[in-house]
Amino acid sequence: MRTIKYTNQVSLVFPSRSANESFARSAAAAFAAQLDPTLDELGDVKTAVSEAVTNAIVHAYPDTLGKVELKLRIYPGNELELIIRDWGIGIPDIDQARTPLFTTGNEERSGMGFTIMESFMDSVKVKSVPGKGTTVTLRKRFALRAGGKV
Amino acid sequence: MAVAYTAQNRHLTVALSGEIDHHRVRGLLEDMDRELDEVLPHTLVVDCRGITFMDSSGIAVLLRLWKRMEALGGTIQVTGLPEQPARVLRAAGLQRLFPLD
Repeated sequence: MRTIKYTNQVSLVFPSRSANESFARSAAAAFAAQLDPTLDELGDVKTAVSEAVTNAIVHAYPDTLGKVELKLRIYPGNELELIIRDWGIGIPDIDQARTPLFTTGNEERSGMGFTIMESFMDSVKVKSVPGKGTTVTLRKRFALRAGGKV
Repeated sequence: MAVAYTAQNRHLTVALSGEIDHHRVRGLLEDMDRELDEVLPHTLVVDCRGITFMDSSGIAVLLRLWKRMEALGGTIQVTGLPEQPARVLRAAGLQRLFPLD
């Protein structure tokens, strides 16, 4: 368990409509902006959030609309934590879900979502209980730049 | 629709623009399939200059185009990739299928 207290947090809850994918990643980027990220770092955050939120929308609630929560937190040391939670059907086999090219989706899905999250974030944790939902926790530390924040 | 097609003889250019995500890709695949069925191109250029964001949904798009061109016995070229989509495609290893300039 993490004992260090975060210094800032926002929480967003939205229905699992695909139109909200764009909203979620833009909100995450806007929140991350206070860490003085490079454009590449900001792109990485947007991409990882897009993958996690799309997973919730496509896989957690395949036939219904449900609730998705995006929590964004900043920790001392210029670290960003992104928590994407749903209350959907859950993932029966997390290792299989994280395998590159594995997908239960149709041709619109590449099966590369977790691979992208792992490439762009420092850590990716997945907790899932079938029938109860899934929580994905992403972390990324941003480099402190000369002339940057106090 | 942020996709534009330019066809001449059996050469097709697909220009993608805006944000390529799961929301946008629904419908885009069918649209591209119809265009490919009509033109049956020997050469396909995917012009990515106008893309402002892309996640793994874009991988599905390019893989589909690559498969279609393999089946048609033609070639596919991806041009004008901005940095963010290029990072996504490289993370997925797509440079093994076609050069990512």
